[in-house]
Amino acid sequence: MQQVDFSQEDIHTYLARHQRKELLRFLTCGSVDDGKSTLIGRLLHDTKMIYEDQLAAVKRDSEKVGTTGAGEIDLALLTDGLKAEREQGITIDVAYRYFSTDRRKFIIADTPGHEQYTRNMATGASTCQLAIILIDARHGVMTQTRRHSFIVSLLGIRHVVVAINKMDLVDYSREVFERIKEEYTGFVAKLELHDVTFIPMSALKGDNVASKSNTMPWYSGPPLLDHLETVHIAGDRNLTDFRFPVQYVLRPNLNFRGFAGTIASGVLRKGDEVMVLPSGKRSTVKSIVTYDGELEEAFAPQAVTLTLADEVDVSRGDMLVFPDDQPHVSSEIEAMVVWMAEQPFVPGRPYTLKSTTRQVTAEVASFRYGVDVNTLEHRPIARLALNEVGHVQLSLTQPLAFDPYRINAATGAFILIDRLTNNTVGAGMILEGGAGKSQGDVWATEPAARLKLRESQITPAEREQRYGQLPVTVLLVGLTGSGKSQIAYALERRLWDAGRAVTVLYGQNMRQGLNRDLGFTADDRSENLRRSAEVAKLMNDAGIITIAAFVAPHAAVREKAKQLIGPERVLEVFCTAPIEVLRSRDKSGAYEMADAGNIAQMPGVTAAFEEPKSPDLVLQTDQISVEDSVNRILEVMKSKGYFPNSSSAS
Amino acid sequence: MIRSGYNLTHLKVLEAESIHIIREVAAEFERPVMLYSIGKDSAVMLRLAQKAFYPGRLPFPLLHVDTTWKFKAMIEFRDRYCREQGLDLKVWTNQEGIAQGINPFDSGSKKHTDIMKTAALKQALNHYQFDAAFGGARRDEEKSRAKERVYSFRDRLHQWDPKNQRPELWNLYNSKVNKGESIRAFPLSNWTELDVWQYVHLENIPIVPLYFADVRPVVERDGTLIMVDDERMRLLPGEVPMMKKVRFRTLGCYPLTGAIESNATTLPEIIEEMLLARNSERQGRVIDHDETGSMEQKKREGYF
Ligand SMILES: Nc1nc2c(ncn2[C@@H]2O[C@H](COP(=O)(O)OP(=O)(O)O)[C@@H](O)[C@H]2O)c(=O)[nH]1
Repeated sequence: MQQVDFSQEDIHTYLARHQRKELLRFLTCGSVDDGKSTLIGRLLHDTKMIYEDQLAAVKRDSEKVGTTGAGEIDLALLTDGLKAEREQGITIDVAYRYFSTDRRKFIIADTPGHEQYTRNMATGASTCQLAIILIDARHGVMTQTRRHSFIVSLLGIRHVVVAINKMDLVDYSREVFERIKEEYTGFVAKLELHDVTFIPMSALKGDNVASKSNTMPWYSGPPLLDHLETVHIAGDRNLTDFRFPVQYVLRPNLNFRGFAGTIASGVLRKGDEVMVLPSGKRSTVKSIVTYDGELEEAFAPQAVTLTLADEVDVSRGDMLVFPDDQPHVSSEIEAMVVWMAEQPFVPGRPYTLKSTTRQVTAEVASFRYGVDVNTLEHRPIARLALNEVGHVQLSLTQPLAFDPYRINAATGAFILIDRLTNNTVGAGMILEGGAGKSQGDVWATEPAARLKLRESQITPAEREQRYGQLPVTVLLVGLTGSGKSQIAYALERRLWDAGRAVTVLYGQNMRQGLNRDLGFTADDRSENLRRSAEVAKLMNDAGIITIAAFVAPHAAVREKAKQLIGPERVLEVFCTAPIEVLRSRDKSGAYEMADAGNIAQMPGVTAAFEEPKSPDLVLQTDQISVEDSVNRILEVMKSKGYFPNSSSAS
Repeated sequence: MIRSGYNLTHLKVLEAESIHIIREVAAEFERPVMLYSIGKDSAVMLRLAQKAFYPGRLPFPLLHVDTTWKFKAMIEFRDRYCREQGLDLKVWTNQEGIAQGINPFDSGSKKHTDIMKTAALKQALNHYQFDAAFGGARRDEEKSRAKERVYSFRDRLHQWDPKNQRPELWNLYNSKVNKGESIRAFPLSNWTELDVWQYVHLENIPIVPLYFADVRPVVERDGTLIMVDDERMRLLPGEVPMMKKVRFRTLGCYPLTGAIESNATTLPEIIEEMLLARNSERQGRVIDHDETGSMEQKKREGYF
């Protein structure tokens, strides 16, 4: 409870002011020892939320178990939770803390930085509007920083504060701050985080936490607390799309039939026409009823009761929306799922899915890919284990009304419940295009007839003359560990040094950008190659030599890629080595994971690799060096006439 | 205030969230009950429930576990308020405890609480086969409560296992329980003591007069002021009740509840006093004094 000074104003003025406060929920994330507990303790202490008896207890404990120097109070002890944990000196689970200032009431979701991080962070983050990511100034951006930022972005938190802490240990150095800021900005570009604020501070000394510190005159921004009090959050809610999941049907007497619920998003006015989903029946809103009187208008997140003009069938789990602004309704959804149980998420097992007030049965249709929370890399998966995150396609037994989570968190979030243990085992965020994406063969899909192809005014001959080369796509194919990428980049270097215009398309890189929505199923691999072939074609059309390194396990798909680029412009190079060699070279651990059943459809292990029947070149990469491989490719390119008017390419 | 830019004040947000929780529990459980302790938190929780089902009545009963040692004023308030509001109140007392002569003086605070409160509550829950019980506890009350879920899962023995609590995301609560298992639902989880008082003030919610200062007979024992509420109060040799202007920050069994000297006779004055206070709310409760972590112990055993 906050202690205040009543010499300045009387209690009535105080109450009037405090009745108008806004609520801000935020998350604190940091690795062990970054100073998270100290920071929270500092916020509580400096906003006078600590009572004398609590402070006395902490002082006592500081001497027993505190980590600060003699005489200093270990503010971290204010926030430690259960006794057993305190004794172990670690915090597990999410703890909620409360404090308030004149302007806002704050709820802190305090999540620990160790093992159960993903699960706990996702839980804490799910209700928050802002995240504080702690970085120890001495260590800079670490693996954990990436992981925390990824989860924050995954859960759709819109405001981020990067708290660069322990500035006192780096002499309050501006350079250190700027370096960390730059490093963070660099990697965060890949994530959907838009409002990022950097604050240099010392939680221990209180610099730039509740008040501006004069130890860092070079920092012109606000201290943390100022920022928390003023960051604009009113625009975070979706007030555009009216969604009203029906929670409870009220029938106190024969004359009253009301639908009670919380407005998930949007604004509703008396008299508005609404549609009931999934039935599609329509009516108009007769009244918006509350204990405190009827309303003309209501908006998210108000809890109200609606009565309708007509006798339409409405029950719990239905959703009321506007007919001209409907959500998706489907029994197939695409979602990012965070797994929270010891027992992995596996196909062929029914789970209960709860979204808004609706419960349906869900099963995995396919795992598209898993995301490594530390590196953000996508990889093929066959199941999702505790604390793992993956893109999953789910089939539902009944249709669900939903919106993509990014547009509407209230109607795009769900939990998965195990039917045997009754435990909450997964948390899901529905993706754009979640209504099931087109599964047909895109290779064969004809573009719309009305689309005309416009020709460039620059002819291929002009390009050939300028670059002194005929564009070609060198398609390097082969299993993981066959040396494709090494050869590709060595070849690029040699061509570049020889004055050629050249680029590499590498499967893994493509998956991080243009193809980040794709997984590793046969369909997705095919689509990955199709899009990459389209890019290779554009590159070749622009006159540029393209080196494309892909696993490309299916002969038919490779053939389609060749036809798309133009068979005369493709050199197919097959990189191969005995499977033991491939396995021993692979540093990604993909083979072991596939052996353990953790990767589905891994070519060479659990899926076929159809060897090219008549490649332009075969490279036995266990027998020749990378340099020799490059030389041999160059020879073939030369002999096929891709370098007119030049005697040597190297 | 509400209209401008479609913003809600923090109290309105908390109110909406609590109503959502109460409706969820009522919709998804077969036999919910609201634990009614007659205190200010219960008063707020009850009002929120009335709001949730307006214009209907509460679709569940209230349960008061009566140790028979509550302040007289509490019982009077309870009976009158429930009658006025047309509420279905169930009162449960552990008759075995009564037969054994359990009382706060001879049995000690721990044993008295264990038998007359914790065990009594379990008896009542079993007797009526309630599968969800609303409680008015808040996370800001005590350090060990900071991690409590809104739906706190209890096994067949009503025990709380810290390792067996479910992750709770968004406002999507997991209501799955097997037969015999239950949950405690805490709609006021995110409220603070100040929020509760402000809400009582804003909404004009009636509360037990003991919260307001008045001249009352008390004795001072181990630095705590105990009210002599009836003739069962055992005075120690030399103890003479004195008339003092006191009030209570929390309410419970009168021999176990400390009073504070105060002049606060209105809600704003109570709030003012609280804001100026230098010690936390729970100091007034004798049962918490034994050791840190004792609340956690109690929770494991089935007390809140
Ligand atoms: N010098 C210095 N030490 C700090 C600062 N913040 C935290 N610490 C110390 O770092 C250690 C870990 O802090 P703690 O808050 O327990 O970290 P947590 O594991 O992230 O909660 C403790 O010894 C703190 O006293 C700071 O700003 N400056």
